[in-house]
Parts: sequence; structure tokens; C-alpha cells
Amino acid sequence: MTDTSIDRLEDLRDRPSLWRRLRSFMRKQPLGTAGAAVVLLYIIMAAFAPWVQPFDPLQNSYEFQFVPPGWPFLMGTDEWGRDIFSRVIAGSRTALLVGFSCAFVGATTGLVLGVGSAYFGGRIDLIFQRIIDIFMAFPLIVMALSLVSISRAYQVSAENSVYFVIIAITIPFIPRCARVVRASALAIREIPFIDAARANGFSDTRIILRHMVPNVMAPYLIMITAFVGEAILLEASLSFLGLGLQDPLPAWGLMLRNAQEFIRSEPWIAIWPGVAISLGVFGFNLFGDAVRDALDPRLRSQ
Amino acid sequence: MWQYIIKRLFLMIPTVIGAAVIIFILPRLMPGDICELRYAESSNYSLEQVNLCRQTLGLNDPVLVQFGEFLWGIVTFNFGDSMWTGRPIIHEIGLRFELSLQVAIMATIVSVAIAIPLGTLSAVYQNTWIDYIVRGVSIAGIAMPSFWLGILIILALLTVSEAMTGTRWSPPIEYVPIWEDPLYNLSMLIWPALATGYRYSAVSTRMTRSSLLEVLREDYVRTARAKGLMEKLIINRHALKNALLPVITIIGMEFAFLMGGLVVTEQVFNLNGLGRLLVQAVTQKDYTMTQAIVMIIVLVFVFCNIVVDILYAWLDPRIRYS
Amino acid sequence: MRSKLWKLVLGAAAAAALSTGATAEEPKYGGVLNLVVASEAPSFDGHIETTFGTIHPIAPFYSLLVRVNPDNPGDPTDIQCDLCETFETSADGLTWTFKIKSGVTFHDGTPLTSADILATYNKIINPPEGIRSARKDFYLMVDSVTAPDDSTVVFQLKYPSGAFLPALADPFNFIYSKKDLDEHGYEWHQKNVNGTGPFIFVSADPGASVEGKKNPNYHHKGKPYLDGFKAIIATDMSARVQAIEGGRADIEFRGFPPKQRDELVAALGDKITVQESDWNCVLIVTPNHDRAPMNDVRVRRALSLAIDRWGGSQYLSNIAIVKTVGGIVFPNHPLAATEEELVQIAGYGKDLEANRAEARRLLKEAGHENVKIIFNNRGVDQPYKVVGTWLVDQWKQVGIEAEQQVNPSPVFYDILRKTREFDVSIDFNCQSLVNPIADVSFFLPGGGSQFSGVQDPEITRIYDELSKAGTAEQQRSLMRQLEKRILDETASQFITLWWYKINPHRSYVKGWKIPPSHYLAQQLDHIWLDKDS
Repeated sequence: MTDTSIDRLEDLRDRPSLWRRLRSFMRKQPLGTAGAAVVLLYIIMAAFAPWVQPFDPLQNSYEFQFVPPGWPFLMGTDEWGRDIFSRVIAGSRTALLVGFSCAFVGATTGLVLGVGSAYFGGRIDLIFQRIIDIFMAFPLIVMALSLVSISRAYQVSAENSVYFVIIAITIPFIPRCARVVRASALAIREIPFIDAARANGFSDTRIILRHMVPNVMAPYLIMITAFVGEAILLEASLSFLGLGLQDPLPAWGLMLRNAQEFIRSEPWIAIWPGVAISLGVFGFNLFGDAVRDALDPRLRSQ
Repeated sequence: MWQYIIKRLFLMIPTVIGAAVIIFILPRLMPGDICELRYAESSNYSLEQVNLCRQTLGLNDPVLVQFGEFLWGIVTFNFGDSMWTGRPIIHEIGLRFELSLQVAIMATIVSVAIAIPLGTLSAVYQNTWIDYIVRGVSIAGIAMPSFWLGILIILALLTVSEAMTGTRWSPPIEYVPIWEDPLYNLSMLIWPALATGYRYSAVSTRMTRSSLLEVLREDYVRTARAKGLMEKLIINRHALKNALLPVITIIGMEFAFLMGGLVVTEQVFNLNGLGRLLVQAVTQKDYTMTQAIVMIIVLVFVFCNIVVDILYAWLDPRIRYS
Repeated sequence: MRSKLWKLVLGAAAAAALSTGATAEEPKYGGVLNLVVASEAPSFDGHIETTFGTIHPIAPFYSLLVRVNPDNPGDPTDIQCDLCETFETSADGLTWTFKIKSGVTFHDGTPLTSADILATYNKIINPPEGIRSARKDFYLMVDSVTAPDDSTVVFQLKYPSGAFLPALADPFNFIYSKKDLDEHGYEWHQKNVNGTGPFIFVSADPGASVEGKKNPNYHHKGKPYLDGFKAIIATDMSARVQAIEGGRADIEFRGFPPKQRDELVAALGDKITVQESDWNCVLIVTPNHDRAPMNDVRVRRALSLAIDRWGGSQYLSNIAIVKTVGGIVFPNHPLAATEEELVQIAGYGKDLEANRAEARRLLKEAGHENVKIIFNNRGVDQPYKVVGTWLVDQWKQVGIEAEQQVNPSPVFYDILRKTREFDVSIDFNCQSLVNPIADVSFFLPGGGSQFSGVQDPEITRIYDELSKAGTAEQQRSLMRQLEKRILDETASQFITLWWYKINPHRSYVKGWKIPPSHYLAQQLDHIWLDKDS
């Protein structure tokens, strides 16, 4: 009986069909829908990249340096004669890999730590809070710079460099999510049914998984959607500082950074990866914003 | 209340020590060495000179001695000399701190000036096209990588100034304190402040909107409405005032971040600020400088945190007793 | 595309015409020169520093004993007196006597005597225990320095050396006053300035700028023309370009990539003058001889044979600050190989397909077809990363899979010099004065800056003979032998493309001639501004 709150009973009584809920979301959240469309487009692009890209994104051809957009190079070519259209498409894989894995790993680790800390409380919580404080106060850029540098000492190849960039971006996400989740979990912890469950001899794991985790899903999902866009931008910033991904990997941040030199003489080299990043982050944020509105009961319109 | 403040102050000690340990260890795990780098530009590499340099800088001292010196430096607020330039760190940081502080304040003002009116509009006209436009514009700000936004702003200034006056104008590249030449100072710093303020307004706009929506549903606002007060008056007098507290918190936290976090923006606009110095120090393996800046940033952060906490405790007595 | 290219060529030609026209004009006095520098001076003491970050803002405060003629900096043999009146060498080439100018004063009013020059060179050549001197090894030929009277300095050499005078003219050899060294010690000059140069130190803001004002008592009469200068630090390249475009700075002395030149010319037309020159810097591919597969000469040769130098010179010079195909000697120097001589060397032949076929054959013979190698590169855009990306692609053409690791500078040096965990690394040779016989000592086995691990007594033998060679013909023929030995027979290391220095500056900056190095001729005494015309 513990998890049949009034809300859930109502849910069961007239559960609208998926289609109806989707339509209602689209009507109430036109921005969120637009964002979701962009996200979907990017996912499709990444999934089918090898079949969609007309050229090899890594192929240098010196006779085609700096060709303006046209046929057959839809978005033109860059300083190495590589097809920008193919590179932008291939870059969606890198962007989504960085975005999703940083957001998912960062937020999920934060979730586990935050809920655990709130549930066990006492000394564990106190120590945990101090660790969170340290990581929150520590400048993110120093962490990222050092981690990426350290990884270079271990002969990391260009393809694998992406994983170290992911680690560098993920670490600062963990305490941020943990803090928010812990605050929500603390509120749940105070509700008597948790004590009742404990008194009935349910195991800690069961209580956490069945009762606490579902109740902090809203802040968790909100954090995840916010992190995706942020991770993509952080990758671009790291690339700008020369510590992100490595050439010749097709990655938007890296492409945009290298294109700085040609921004006026051959603007197309900069514009397309710039548009790809901005549109993607814009889409993810619009979507996240709508998810937040939908999940936060206080914000539903009257 | 005093007990709470003292408790908060005590809790800050482990945070500062923890950060000190991390910033001491992390750069030392990075391969390479400041002395190698100092002699790297020339092809006349001499091991003898590198060793001499290491010795002069105290890099051959036992690690624990180095750590002890660093901790003592935090306590006495004397961070010693930069390993790279040999000048006192306090002297190196002075000017840059001033610049970073000014940009942070200006960016915060821009951010507030954007966030509060837009957030209010967005809440009052929730789910109308005004709300959508406001949210779209605000989210667009964080969608662009900051270096990209900065470069576009400078390019636009060059192009627009030529179209209007015939000569190309770009912002000054050298900082002059505001009391020496306010116009020159502002003509340099207004652009990064606008770019940063716009980017950071997204979160506070969102916060203004949601906390205002929440307040607008409270009983006293309903009562006011029932009494037939004008909508504008309700929002200005009653709702906004109460909704602003969480917004102020967010702004406080962002301010702490802006002090050392504008690494990329500082590069693009050639601002001689703390962020650029920090990245330089890390990449040049200047341990003393890295440690000093990171500790200053941590202290600013911890301080802002305490102020926000105390403010909250003061307003919401329940927190004190939990 | 094509029309744009033409515009550029015309622009450059017009610029060249303008700058030659400038020499005929009468210099004007006044004005302050604003220059942008990519990095900050680590310290003001030229004797311990090796970066242009120190030279560009600090060199104008000091004089040297002898210097490269700033009006003819392209000629490496045109070395003239700066603080000396005359200099002469004995018949055996062992005794060099310098007569010092009289009436020269330091900025603090102290008169200059030979004792100051003696004290300075003692600091450079024989620094006391614990005091650094970055170029101490340049003066191994010096036996003693003496000052027999107030206006004479004598250098006694152990053996005659053509490298001695260029070493004296090194732009880092700022002349300090003996009084300062005696009173303040050997580290005072790291943070303080007192010289005899054309400009007097005014201020330095950390991380921001260095400012100097005209020295009215400068010992080259009638100079400097400028009232002062300001060196502004701008670490970001686009910030430097935009500063020149927006009139915030007049010149940058290190060099811009070709596209930035094109942008400035397109934006400002004849308000921009472009000066270009070969640059005495080169990236050198350094194989690790201590481990397989690079211990096999066939693999090393294949690596060099795969590189399309002549093609790269065309298309790479569009995007990087490299251009000229050359051997181990700075191109255009009398000792450099001619094109006919170059094409004889492995990897320089004009038939690219034949080169690459040979490379594949060698790899097959060595049993290293489709070999995978680790390539250590430095995380600096121009020209390291661009050239690195090019090399990886060149090697791919013969089946070598090179995994490029672009490392931050400290990591890069750590791998190259200490851990040596690489198959191939970039290294570089970058010198101020063009002095080929000294410069090529870089390639000697066991040398201080030699990190390939090469063991070849023949290279050392040829070099010893070369350094003792009396006539230009002998030098030339020995240089060819050495070049063939290094680049071809042992393929111990090999050259990519020589750097190319491009300096677009505001056209009203007159009197400055592009030198072949960003360290040279930076005292600014001969520069003047012509903003009215």
C-alpha cells in the first residue's frame, strides 16, 4: 500500500493514451516540441552518419582546399580539402557521445551519491557534504586542464582522447546533481512512510530503490537534460584552449576553433559547425526547459 | 543565530583544506616541468641550466616541505613569488583581480537587467507567445560557445563601425582602471560584460519566472486580486519582492563563478583577468601561482556560500534548527 | 577563388613597392608605436631568457656590443658596431679587440666604460655558481675577456671560429652596467631595467604591457625617431589581428599565418603593408633511434620519402607559416643547397610517385609494411599542429599509420626529452642569427639538443672538418656531404619545410625591415611613423 498515493490512483483511473499525452505536450509546450524535434534530428543524424555522409570526413584532398559551398561539397570544404558536410554529420556522433555520456554518468552518479547521503544521514552525510563542497568550489577549468594533460602522458590516441575529455567534463557534474538530488531526497526522508518501511524490516536497498529514487526522478531528469547541452559547450571551450579533442577527429568544437583563422576569408568553414553546436544546444535546452515545466507541479498553468 | 554562523564558519575549514590538497597534488601529477618549458623556446637546451632552475625554484625540495610552505602561505595570506615571473603573487594578482571584479560586477548587472524584466514578463504571460519568445531568446544565449559569441561581437563592431564612420573600430585591448578613464574603460569592458551577462541571464530568467509563478499562486496574491488591485501593482508590490530571494541566491553563486571562470571570454577580448592567468599558470606548470589563484577562487566561493546560507537562515528560521 | 588570389598577389606587390619606396623618404620624428606580443616576458633578463616574449618589449631598452644592421637584417654577415666604435681581429683570428664609444651613459646617468662590457660578458660566459646563463655554450671558443683600458675590450679565443662574431651579436646579450651588477647582484635585472638603449623604461603592468619613452641621450645620434613605444600582451591570435585591424596596435613582430595577412589586406587595403621573409626556424622530424621500427634506416628513409615537399610548399603555405623547401641550411644562404643539389636527396626528388614507390619498397624489405607509429607533436597551432596533420596524411600514403598525439608544451617536452616514449617526434631548430655552421650543430650525435638518439661517428667527423674549413668552397662541399649524410644516408632526422615569416603592419610604420628571425633587430631605434600622409 505504501506506493499508492492518491496521484497514482488517479493515474490508473483514466490514463490517457500515449498519443493524447504527446499531443497535449505539443499543445502546451510548442518550444519543447521544437526542441524535441531538433534532438530527434540529431539522434537520427548520429545513428545513420556513416550512410548519410557523402565523403570520408578524414580524407585530405589538397586540390580542393577552401571550396565554397555548392556541388558536390554542400557546405564547402575546409583548409585540408575535407568535406564540411560530411564532417558536420560525423561530428554529431562525437557531440552526442560527449553530451549523453557526460550527462548520464554525471547525473546518475550524482543521483546515487545524493540519495545515499540523504538516506543514511548522520556522519556519512556530513562527510559527503564536505566533499561536495570541495568539488563545487574547485574551479572546473583547472580540473579539466589537469585531467586532460595527465591523460596525455599515457599515450592516448586521438580516438581515445574523447574519453578523457568526457571524464574531465563529467566530474564537475557529479556534485552539482548530487546536491540537488540530496535536497529532494531529504524532504522524502522526513515523510513517515520511510520509517514505517524500515520498521517493517524492508532492506535499505529496497527502500532506496522503491521509494526514494522514484521520488527524486524529477530533479534528476531536469539535471540530465541541462547537462547534455552544457557538456557539448564545455567540449568546445576545452578545444578552444587546445585541450579538447584532437585533430583530425570530426568534432564541432574543434572544427569551430580551427575555423577561427578563416572566419572572414572562408566563413563557411566556421559557420556550419557553429550552427550545428548552437542549434543542438538550443534544442536540448528548449527540450529540457519543457521537461522541467512538465515535471514541476508548481509551474503547471492553472 | 551566532551559533549557526560559527558552525558554518567551522564547516568551511575542511572545504578549504580539501581544495588545498587537491590543488597541490593535481598539477604535480601533470607531466612536464616549468624549467624545461622556460628553456623550451630555444633549441639550445642545456640540462645543467634546467637543473639550476629547478634548484632555484625549490622544486628539488621534499614534497612535504613544499606542501607545508603552501599551507603556511594560506594561513598568513602570503603566497610567495610566481615561479614563472619571480614577482610576488599578490602583485601579479592585484591588477587582474580588479579587472575580473569589474567584469563580474558589470556582467551581473547586465544579467539582472535582462533576467528580472524578462522573467517577470514570461511568468505573467505564461504559455503565450510572449513567454515563448522570451524563453527562446534567453535560451539562445547559452546555446553559443562563448568564444564564438565573442568573436562575432568583435567582427560586428569592426564592420558596423566602418559602415557608420568609415574607419574600423575595435574595443581597446589594454585595461585602464575606471577612475582613470571611465569612457575608455567602459568601451573595453562593456562588450565582454554584455556577452557574459546575456549568457548568464538564462538561468536567472528561468528562476525569476518559476519562483514568480509559484508566488502568484499564493493566497495573499489571490486575496489582492480579489480585492481588485491592479495586476501591475500586485506584481510590483507583492509578488516580485517575494519571488526574488531564490533569484538572488542564483546570482550570488554565479558571481562567485564569474570571478575566475571567464577563461575563454578573457582570451577573446584580451582581458588581463584572473581566468587567463589561471590557465596560463596551469599550462606553464607554475605551481605557486596555480595554488594561489585556486585558493582565492575557493575562498571567494566559500564566502559567497556562507553569505547566502546565513541570509537564508535569517529569513527561514527552520533551517537553523535542522 | 582565383580573383581573390590575384588581389592578394597584387596587394603583396604593392606592399613591397611601398616599403622599398619608404627608404628614400626623410624619417619623421614623434609618435608612439603600439606593438602586440603573444606572450609576456618571464623576466627582463635577456641573459637567462630565450623567448621573443622578452625580446620584443625589453630589447629597446638595451644596446649590444655589436648588432645585426637593422637596415639590412636579412644579411647575416652585415654585423656592425652598436656600443663599439670599431673592432678588429688579429691575423690568426684569436684576438678580437673592440674600441668602446665614449660619452655613452646608462639611463640612470652612469657613464659606460669597458668595465661594464667586461662585467656583462663575464655574467654571460662565466656566470658565478648558481647563476643561470642560457647561451653560455655559444662561447666555448672564448678563452678570456679583458679590459686593458676604459675604452677597450679584448676577447682572446682558444681557436679561431666563424661563429664567434655572430654569437656576440646575439640579440639577448644586453649590456648591463657593472655598478648595477655589483650593487644589486646578478638577479636584479630580472625585474629592473637600466640600459643604454634607444628607449627608457617607464612601466610594466603584469600580464598587460611594457612601456618605454625616448632616450634623448641615445648614442646613435639622431635616433630614435619615436617618442616612445608600448608593447601590449595579447595571447589570442584573433585578438592580435583584430587589434591591428581596429587600429589598437600598429604591428606584431613575430608573424601571422597567411590567411590573417589576406584578411588584413582585404579589410584595410593600402593601409596595410606586408613584409615577408624566409624564417630561420624549421620543424624537424625526429625518429627515435633507440627503438624499433625507427632503429632501421630503411624505415626512416621511407618516412622521409613519403613527404611531398614540393607540393606541400604550394598548398601548405596557404594555411601555415611554412613555405620553402630546403636542406639543413637556411634557404638562400650561400651555404644552402641549390634546387639541383636538393633533388638528389631522398625525399626531395620531384617525382612524388617514384619516391613513394621506393618508400613502400623499403618498408616491405624491412618487414614493416602498414607499420603503426606514435607521433609526438606540440599543441601549438602554427605551425606545429598544421604540419603534424600534414605529415600524418603523407605517411598514410605509403601505408604508415601514425597516431598523432598533440600534447601541451610541458608534456611534449617531457616525452621528447625525458620519457622518450615516441617513435617519431617533432623537434625544431630556431636561431636568431643566421649562422649555418653553428646552426647545423643541432644535428650532431650526443649534442645537448639532440633527442633522436642517433649514433654516427661519420656525422661528427664531417662536422669537425667543416668547422675548420678555411675557404667558402670547402665549407660548401663539406656542408653538402653532411647534409647527404644526415638527411639521406642515415636519415637520422629530416627537414619538413622552412618557416615563412609574414608581418602585415600598418603602412604608416616606416623604416622597419623584416629580419629572418623574430628575435633580431628589435631595438626599434630605426622605426618611424608617418601618420599624416
